[in-house]
Amino acid sequence: MTARAVTEATFEQEVLNNDKAVLVDFWAEWCGPCRAVSPILDQIASEHADKLDIVKLNVDENPQLAMKYQITAIPAFKVFEKGEVVKTVIGAKPKPALEADLADYIA
Amino acid sequence: MRDIIIIGSGPAGFTAAIYAARAELKPLLIASSVEIGGELMNTTEVENFPGFPEGIMGPDLMGKLQAQAERFGTEVVYDDVVSLDIDGPVKRVTLGNGETHEASALIYATGSAYRKLGLPEEELLSGHGLSWCATCDGFFFRQKTIAVVGGGDSAMEEATFLTRFADKVYVIHRRDSLKASKIMQQRAIDNEKIEFVWNSEVAAIVGETAVTGVTLRDTVTGEERLLELDGLFVAIGNDPRTHLVHGKLELTAEGTIAVDGRTSKTSLPGVFAAGDVIDPHYRQAITAAGSGTVAALDAEHYLAALGNENAAEALLENEFVAVD
Repeated sequence: MTARAVTEATFEQEVLNNDKAVLVDFWAEWCGPCRAVSPILDQIASEHADKLDIVKLNVDENPQLAMKYQITAIPAFKVFEKGEVVKTVIGAKPKPALEADLADYIA
Repeated sequence: MRDIIIIGSGPAGFTAAIYAARAELKPLLIASSVEIGGELMNTTEVENFPGFPEGIMGPDLMGKLQAQAERFGTEVVYDDVVSLDIDGPVKRVTLGNGETHEASALIYATGSAYRKLGLPEEELLSGHGLSWCATCDGFFFRQKTIAVVGGGDSAMEEATFLTRFADKVYVIHRRDSLKASKIMQQRAIDNEKIEFVWNSEVAAIVGETAVTGVTLRDTVTGEERLLELDGLFVAIGNDPRTHLVHGKLELTAEGTIAVDGRTSKTSLPGVFAAGDVIDPHYRQAITAAGSGTVAALDAEHYLAALGNENAAEALLENEFVAVD
């Protein structure tokens, strides 16, 4: 399962108004670590689909949102609950480390 | 049990894999989970790798090395090594997913990791204006004022690359001259957006929730001053990644894995090391690749002595003359 893409047009509906917790993966094509961590996120997404929604936001194509959420390093992962950012994780990490960071939302 | 396991997916690891795979040793290469391809994955244009007169992008070069290794039968695993048991004749490598793989020979080519400044605020501000990856994060500093710390080739490359985005790039260096190669220096010096801050080190990074500046300390007078910045990129060198072999393999005073002369032989039989993890001096993609070749041939020689016919045949084909 590949995490679906969100854009500035769909962000409100898919992320801010989502009933579940949503992890937004801020990424770009030219970011090597972003591409490396992507399959790990896909795995986490399929293993915890009941608890956590995982979506991808391309910062190149959606610069307004990248600016709004003050992204200065990618990959950056932000978990949203009820429209609010409740957790930020920055940088590509091995799966066990990411799972530990996200324990509150997937355990 | 396998003939050979290679740990690391940079130029050393993949080149060792090309040789070992062509020798029909069916190497297993542990590529890591998030740093596949190693340091070159975070670079842009590579202009000094022989055979690419027009230059090649770092990630493209690594993709080609991997494809070449896989073409001859290398199996690549995208996971991290969590522990090693390498004292005996069977080398055991345990991965993050819990699997343990066994082989007669091991090539250790884990490269090096970015050196940190060693400041307490580093952890907190990392990703909030403090970065080790210009190609990843430069994009977010359009029309900003930023600085690069360091005086080597990678600092020059980062500073030059960052001028695509930033209005102003300071290069902070603790000496009054650079270690970088002439061509990289000149490129940075000629760039109007780059200003050098000589004889200065970063005493502190300033900022509550994001970088707003740095406190610079003059390395000659000891005087301190504030330099206001939107972002800080660190390129002060690398440290060999040896934590998995501490207490298992002999290290040098420089912290690299000790090898015997120009070979790849470590202090344990059947364990070979290659690339930046053994090299405190040259640290180039092409020297790492050469070093990977040495490790593969040494490993083949070791396996041939254990009776491995494929290895013995490959050594003949490569006209290998044993060092010992």
